[in-house]
Amino acid sequence: MSTSLLSPDDWAAIWLTLELASVTTALLLVLATPLAWWLAHTASRWRGPIGAVVTLPLVLPPTVIGFYLLVTMGPNGPVGQLTSALGLGYLPFTFAGLVVGSLVYSLPFAVQPLQRAFEGLGRRPLEVAATLGASRIDSFFSVALPLARPGFITAAVLTFAHTVGEFGIVLMLGGNIPSKTRVVSVQIYDHVEAMEYAQAHWLAGCMVVFAFVVLVALQWLQPRDRNNASPL
Amino acid sequence: MIQRRFAPLALSLLAALAASAHADEVSVAVAANFTAPMQRIAAEFEKDSGHKAVLSFGATGKFYAQINNGAPFGILLAADDTTPAKLAQEGKGVAASRFTYAIGQLVLWSKQAGYVDDKGAVLKMGDYRHIAIANPKLAPYGLAAMETLKNLGLTDQVTPKIVQGENIGQTYQFAASGNAQLGFVALSQVMEDGKLREGSAWMVPSAMHEPIRQDAIVLSSAKDNAAATALMQYLQGDKARAIIRSYGYAF
Repeated sequence: MSTSLLSPDDWAAIWLTLELASVTTALLLVLATPLAWWLAHTASRWRGPIGAVVTLPLVLPPTVIGFYLLVTMGPNGPVGQLTSALGLGYLPFTFAGLVVGSLVYSLPFAVQPLQRAFEGLGRRPLEVAATLGASRIDSFFSVALPLARPGFITAAVLTFAHTVGEFGIVLMLGGNIPSKTRVVSVQIYDHVEAMEYAQAHWLAGCMVVFAFVVLVALQWLQPRDRNNASPL
Repeated sequence: MIQRRFAPLALSLLAALAASAHADEVSVAVAANFTAPMQRIAAEFEKDSGHKAVLSFGATGKFYAQINNGAPFGILLAADDTTPAKLAQEGKGVAASRFTYAIGQLVLWSKQAGYVDDKGAVLKMGDYRHIAIANPKLAPYGLAAMETLKNLGLTDQVTPKIVQGENIGQTYQFAASGNAQLGFVALSQVMEDGKLREGSAWMVPSAMHEPIRQDAIVLSSAKDNAAATALMQYLQGDKARAIIRSYGYAF
């Protein structure tokens, strides 16, 4: 076997990782938008606690999140009993389980840029839309969302990149099943542990290049977007 | 676990510095499957000898990489016999110090009582969805499990159900959380004081796989460390062996 190129196993891990990151990003943008909107505009006393819960994954080690997900989504955990009762089975060791784990893990990376973007808009654009007769839903979709576009780009890029780089949770939740739950980070870990340093280098090198490109792209996008984001 | 270990460690370090200049300290890298017995042995050893043993737990392959990169371990208690042999050959370990401190016992285990029969027929008949096995590339218990499946002619049937732990500790976690109905784990993980702690188990006959010889070696950096020498002797003494045996290891 060649030791200097990516093996079929490596490629399987790469595709799986991209799939996981894409699904997670798409779902998270949908879920995070109303949450970020609420956090940006509410005066509720729950704003603090909910905002803290959203930020928790930034602070907690992935092993903590992975461990609790493994336990709560298993046969003895409340989430596991719920998914089982719904006929979905148990989530650990499945792709769906990894998606759930990634949603939790990447939540702050989606919510925080969106929340900042919504807060940056202020109330003026919406008030103007209202005086022109737009309904709240209409003004949200035709005014707020387009104006917050830079926030969405940042949220999408960060969520995608952060999910690609995820390790601890997928290790604890995934069960390292080829083509199903073995993502790139776990594959690299296996290579290193098995002292297959050449293979580890190739795959790890790809990750470094990927991360670098993402961060450079973000910097290019942001200043231009910030100008767009100050509309009035 | 790390944090829980940290405070007492720091405190006792201070105490050791203050109290005695004779007592030595040795860092020990311990294979994950030997965690429980080694904690007890280290406590006894410290009482009996006055020396201090600072324990780190993990996968043998990881320890090897860390030792190669200058990790300050004095002793390696490996999960296999090839890693210590390699370290001795490469001059990173003291060849003469190497010995087998335990022979591991592979067990097919379920958290459910009465689920695993005493012949392992559940492997063939069971309607289990997942079976946890340590990564055979990395862990000797995983390799022994795969050899056992091959011997039983069940490799093809069981493989789609395998979930892999990166070491035997994680493999146990998969089975203990009930996410995997079955797991090939180390007997030491499910046994205490000569009894199964919970669930049901099949002791895999030793003829089913190559023996899981777990070797210890003193690393070159610690060849003059009195605590390292004392601990290696202690591991071969009656007290330590009784503890090791009570966790289901052979010699």
